[in-house]
This record gives sequence, structure tokens and C-alpha cells, in this order.
Amino acid sequence: MPLLSRLLLVLLLGCALTITRADEPVPIPSPFEAALPLLLDSKFPVKEQAIEQLAQTGDPRLEELFSALLAGDLYQLKSNASLVMATGQDADLRVMAVPGGEPIAGISAADLKKITLNNRMRGQLKAALARLDLSHADPGRRLTAATSLLNDPGGASRQVLTERLSQETDAKVKETTALVLALMDLQSPDPRARLAALPPLRDSLHPQVRAALTQLLERESDGQVKAAASRVLRHIEGRVHWYGQIETLFFGLSLGSVLVLAAIGLAITFGVMGVINMAHGELMMLGAYTTYVMQQLLPDHIGLSLFLAIPAAFVIAGLVGILIERGVIRFLYGRPLETLLATFGISLILQQLVRSIFSPLNRAVETPAWMAGSWQVNEVLSLTLNRLVILGFCLLVFALLYLILNRTRLGLQVRAVSQNRAMARAMGVRSQWVDAMTFGLGAGIAGVAGVALSQLTNVGPNLGQSYIIDSFMVVVFGGVGNLWGTLVAGLGLGVANKLLEPWAGAVLAKILVLVFIILFIQKRPKGLFPQKGRAAT
Amino acid sequence: MILTRLLRDDRGGQILLGSLLVLALLAPVLNLALPPDHPLHLSTYTLTLLGKYLCYALLAVAVDLVWGYLGILSLGHGAFFALGGYAMGMYLMRQIGDRGVYGNPELPDFMVFLNWSELPWYWWGFDHFGFALLMVGLVPGLLAFVFGWFAFRSRVTGVYLSIITQALTYALMLAFFRNEMGFGGNNGLTDFKDLLGFDLQADSTRVALFLASALALALGYLACRALVLSKLGRVAMAIRDAEERTRFTGYRVDRVMLWLFTFSAVLAGIAGALYVPQVGIINPGEFSPLFSIEIVIWVAVGGRATLYGAVAGALLVNYAKTWFTGALPEVWLYALGALFVVVTLFLPQGIAGLGRGLGTWTRRGRREEARP
Repeated sequence: MPLLSRLLLVLLLGCALTITRADEPVPIPSPFEAALPLLLDSKFPVKEQAIEQLAQTGDPRLEELFSALLAGDLYQLKSNASLVMATGQDADLRVMAVPGGEPIAGISAADLKKITLNNRMRGQLKAALARLDLSHADPGRRLTAATSLLNDPGGASRQVLTERLSQETDAKVKETTALVLALMDLQSPDPRARLAALPPLRDSLHPQVRAALTQLLERESDGQVKAAASRVLRHIEGRVHWYGQIETLFFGLSLGSVLVLAAIGLAITFGVMGVINMAHGELMMLGAYTTYVMQQLLPDHIGLSLFLAIPAAFVIAGLVGILIERGVIRFLYGRPLETLLATFGISLILQQLVRSIFSPLNRAVETPAWMAGSWQVNEVLSLTLNRLVILGFCLLVFALLYLILNRTRLGLQVRAVSQNRAMARAMGVRSQWVDAMTFGLGAGIAGVAGVALSQLTNVGPNLGQSYIIDSFMVVVFGGVGNLWGTLVAGLGLGVANKLLEPWAGAVLAKILVLVFIILFIQKRPKGLFPQKGRAAT
Repeated sequence: MILTRLLRDDRGGQILLGSLLVLALLAPVLNLALPPDHPLHLSTYTLTLLGKYLCYALLAVAVDLVWGYLGILSLGHGAFFALGGYAMGMYLMRQIGDRGVYGNPELPDFMVFLNWSELPWYWWGFDHFGFALLMVGLVPGLLAFVFGWFAFRSRVTGVYLSIITQALTYALMLAFFRNEMGFGGNNGLTDFKDLLGFDLQADSTRVALFLASALALALGYLACRALVLSKLGRVAMAIRDAEERTRFTGYRVDRVMLWLFTFSAVLAGIAGALYVPQVGIINPGEFSPLFSIEIVIWVAVGGRATLYGAVAGALLVNYAKTWFTGALPEVWLYALGALFVVVTLFLPQGIAGLGRGLGTWTRRGRREEARP
């Protein structure tokens, strides 16, 4: 015990001595500690130099220090001009000494002065951190670091990278590091080095590679390098263009899948039954609102509610459809123009109903996590997941409907009634029941389409109106009474629309497609795939 | 002389033209001569509203001509109406001169706003009233002619025709919403100052515009009546009832349809041109498919193939619309929707049919009374 207390006394005395007698020689600080006070300087060039010096020390504390500096967590204590790290706010403010990390109590925000940064310093810090990450144990971190070096090849020395490349085990990191090296070699004064750097760049789609090659072509004096570089650049640009086309095609197919979903229910009511249902869009709107209500009922299970919304929307829209058929349309068979007007009236009533119940404002429908985001195929091509899912969903709905019409008893009866009502009745088909079921099926599909649409657009009272003309165009273009025609027409029009968009703009593209269909119908009133034989009349 | 021939056997027309005449004589007096606090004073607001209804009525007559007598259900007549309106609006826009917000003597405000440096070529000539009037008829007429020429020659009829007319007006709406089109985009053309030098806000100008609308409606009605009674009208009705048979009888069905459709579009354009100075604005909303289909319901409510029924329907439905949107805005769309359903289900002949039914019923009653 006495020994311990004596030791303590000595220690305390020692501390007191160091504080009171500042002129006494202190142990020589490490380069890391020596550079730290430079950060407190008010001039940016000095601070930049400090970062440079710090980075060269390779000290293990660098990562923490630089991340804190970049995040703006480093401060100067106003009282004694020492460097501290502070996190949290107000009552939670935690202040630690740098270096060392001892907590300092009793400091308020007013006692701190932030270490300010400029963009140059931020760049320096990021590059330094990236270099640190290059040798990180986690391959993901290494890859991010290598990728960030692509954007700023000056961030690491050639030597460091070559070394890393020889030690690297992860294939992707290796590839990226090689790419960075190649980009560095492009800057080399030796034409042979520049020429050797070109082949590895050939398969990269990274925008930085293209930029570097373009720059190289502008200043290159060596003919051989120039020719090789332009060959590589052409190759890359060809591939970028190709992927661009694939992306356009994807967007077109996605738009087309929406069109097909919207039109396919109509293809049944209009195509098979010859009934013009102007309320079709509003049935889709009902489906979208069903999704919204489902999400309100199950706020914690967005994904599940979406799945439940599909059958719910089918049933609700289908029942409303049957109601419309039994209540109005069955009195108007054989008078298509009157049906058009009556169903238009119904669409107005449904719209206003939704406005009265849910308010005229758009409702937000959430997207489940597994549908959000996108699938990054490579640097220039990424496909949004919700559109991909809806494209698949559209094909699924189409296949199901096709099976129902061609493989079930109901489908057989529907086709029989649509081809020859009197004969079908004579064979014992209850044509009125078939009418109601067909209309209900078409309406139900519209509801299901509404569920899909709720994931893409705003859910509001006008949702249906914006699709009705497009869906009629698709059905008429594809050929009435022909499901395959609807599929081809919908996807085709979607792709055509997206192909036109880059040089015509979105609205003009839509107008051009409309005009094209108007002209097309003049030329071939029966659509792309007209029905042949007796069924046609 | 011609008048008596045209209006013989047309009770509805007689009543219509008679009341139009009374209205045209009374309204200016009630508006201009009586002091504002007089109980019988007709406010300028009401007068303008009436003028607007008359323009709608003319538009309804145009639609009835093709739908009632030719069997073409056009869901795109709003486009012709709006084009006529835009032609008039362009003239009114040029009349503003340097009195716009930006005070540019050469360009309308919206072009200055879009940083355009010169007037697009299709605005040339709209400084002249005569040229604008010509365009009021020519633009909708030409569009209808070209559209009809393609459509009727390929024998696009019935529902298909309805849908592509709807697509036509929809495409035009999208186009006119674009700022690059040079028609004011979303906002359309507005802030008009004067017409032929007369201030548009003045009561006397409003009265004159009202009278012009009444006159246009009367003349339009008579012209349509003359058409319907002519041989062309007979062929049209034959086409409506049995298109194939008429074709096989040797009539050029497509030409009859084309000319009537074009004429109807011109009428719609004139209605639009009279509508714009009274309302004071024209924007792409007039191209919306909803408006075009509303026109059809006016005709359906009034009664197809009667012409006067279209006028009655337009006045009635629009009066109801004004009243509902003022008093019970929530209910209006329900009412309009129900109107569509009820009229198609229970009143295929419209109000005119109701009136006729009542007429035959009372006549039969009298005859039965006369029987011993």
C-alpha cells in the first residue's frame, strides 16, 4: 500500500512539473503528432500541407482522423487551442482529445471552433481515405476504393497500386486496380507505355475510361497510339450505344407492358363482346385504390398487402363490372354508340365517388423494398426493378387470360357467344350469364392492372382517364378480338414511343404515335391481326 | 319565302327561332336601357353567359348534323370548336399590340416570356380580322376534310370512327399543351383587350357579341335545316340507316359524309370563334376528350336528329352545369354521369322525343274523344 501511494505521488508530481515548467524538454513527438497542430492554422494552404504530411505518415489513427475531419467533427478548443473531436449535439455533445481520445467534460458548443475545409482539402481527404481503403481487409471496401480511384487516378501512386495488384486476391478489385493503372499509364510520357495501356481498357464501360480516351485523342501526337486509342474508343462507344439501345428497348417494353395491362381487359370487353366500356379506366382506378386501402389496413406488411391487393382488386373491380353489365349494358347490346355514352357516364360517377370518399388529391402507395431500386447490369445499364416486375406480371396476366379463354369451359362459352350468339344459345349456353361473367373478367383484369399501375404512377381520381384512350388505341391497333394482337400492339407501341422520345421529346412522341395509329386505322380498319372467316362479321 | 319553306313542319324550329328573336330584341334593352338596380335589369354577366350558351348551342347543332342525320358519333368536335377559338384568339392576341405586360409591340407576352425573337410564320396575317375570320372556318374545315377524306374512303365507321376522333382531339390537346407549339401552351391565349377597336369589357361590345352569337345560331340552324331537307340530307339519312345499301344504290357515300362532316366542323369553328371573345380565354382544355363527349350528351339530352333538340339540350345541360357547379359542385359530376346513363337507357329520343310523344298522345286522345 505505501508503495502504491508513493508511486502515485511521484506520478502526480511529474504531471504537475510538466504543466508548470513548460521549458523542460518534452519527448520528441511522432511525425503524426507533429503535423496535427498544422490543422489548427487558419490558412488553407497550411492545412492542405498538414493533410499531405499526415497522409504520408501511414499512421493507423489516420482513418479515424480523416473521416472525422471530412465529416466536420474536428474542432479547435477556443480556450487552449487544442485539437478535439466532437460528436452529438447540445446535451449529448461528446468531446474527445485528439490524439488520444480522452473525453473532455464540461465543454459546450460555444467553446468549439470548427476546423474548416475547402473542396481541395475534401478531395485530398477522400483520396487519402481511398488509399487507406485500398489495403482494407474487406474486399467490398477495397473495391469502392479502387473505383473511386478511377475517378481520380492521381489519388494513389503507381507504385502502391502495382504492389496492391500483385497481392490482390479478389477478381473484381484486381480488374479495377488494373484499370486504374492503365489509366495512369495513359498519362505516361512514354508512347510505348501509353500503347500498352490501351488493350486493358477495351472492355471497360466506365465513363472515366471514355473521358480519358477522349482526352488522350485530343492531345496525342504519336500516330500509332492515336490510331489504337481511337479504335478502342470506337469499340467502347459501340458497346455503350448498344447498351443504350437495350435500355431504350427495356423502357419501351415497360411502357408497353403497362399499355398491355391496361388494354387487355378492354380486349375482352371490347374485342370479344363488342362492348365499348369507357369506364374501363375507372375500373383500373378502383384496383389502384384497392391497393391503397390494403396498405392502409396492413401498414406494416407492404409486400404482403400488395399480394393481397391483387385478388382483392380483381374481385372488387369484377363485381363492379358485373354490376355495370347487369344494370346498364345488357339493355344496350347491339347499340355500341349508346353503350359508349352510358359507360362514360358511369366513369364520371365512379371518378366523383372516389373523389368524395378519398379526396380529390393523389394518394401515395408505397413500393415494397424488394421492388425498389434497380438492377445494375453494368456501368451503363441499370434496369429499374419495379418496371421489371411489372413487365413479368403483365406477361403472367396475359398467359393466365389466354389460358382462361382457350382452356376453360367459360372461355369456350365466351368464344361461342361472341362468334354466334343465337347458335350458342341453341346449344344450351346461358348467354346472359356468359355476358356477365365475361364483362366481370374484363373488369377484374382492369382492377389487377390498377394494382400494377399503383406502383408506377400517382393514384388519383384521374388515373383511369389518362389510360383509356391509349388502351383503346392498343386494342384497335392490335385487331379487335385478338389477344395476341393486343400483346404485340401494346409492346410495339410502347417501344415505338420510347424510340421516338430521344429525338422528338415525350409529348411529341406520344402525338406521333397517336397520329400513326389514326392513319394506320384508315389504312387497315381491322387492325394488325384482323379476324378471319365468319367470326369477323 | 325560303324561311317558311324551311320551317314548315318544324314546330321546334319555329319556337326556337321565335324565342331567339325575342331574346335578341329584349336582352340588349334589358341590359343597356334599364338602370342596374331595376328588377328587370339583365346583368352583363348573365348576358355573356347566355352568349356562351348560344355558342354551345351552335356547336351542338353541328354535332347533331353529323350524329343525328349521318350517324357519325364524333367525339372530337371539341377540337374543331377549339381550333376556331384559337384562330379568333390569335387575332385578339395581335390586337393587344404593345399593351401586354412586356410591352413588346411585335410579340405576344408568352413568346417574349419564352425568349422567342420573332413571330412564327403561322401567326402571320392574324393582324387582319378578315384573315382571322377566314381561318376560323378554314382551319377546322381543312382538318375535318383531310381527316374525313382518309377515314371515309377507308370506310372507317361506327365505334372505330368515334374512337379515332377522340384520339384526334386528344393528340391535339397534347400538342397545344406544348409551349413549343407557339399557342401559349398551358395558359392558352388570354388577356384580350379589344375586337375591331371595341373594348371587350364594354357592355355594348358584350351585347354585340351576344347578338352575333344569336344570329350565328339562327343562321347555322337554318343552314342545317336546309341541308337536312335537301337531297343531300335525304341521302345522309339513308346512309345513317343503311350505309351499305345506299352505297350499292350508287351514291358516293364517302363524299356525302365528307362534305357534311366538313360543314359541321366549320360550324363548330364559328361557334368557337364567337365563344372566345365572350369568355376571354382559350386554352388546350377545350381540346379535352371530356368536353367533346359532353357536347354529345347535350345532343342526346335534347334529342338526336331534330336540330332544335340539340339547342335545347345544350342550353339545358349548360344551365344545369352553371347552377350545380355554383351551388353543389360535388354533385355536378354525379348528375352529369347519371344524365348519360338515364338518357341512353330511358330517353333515346331525348327531350324532343318526350315532347313529340306527348304531342301524339294528346292528339290521339282528342281523336278518340271525337269518336262517337
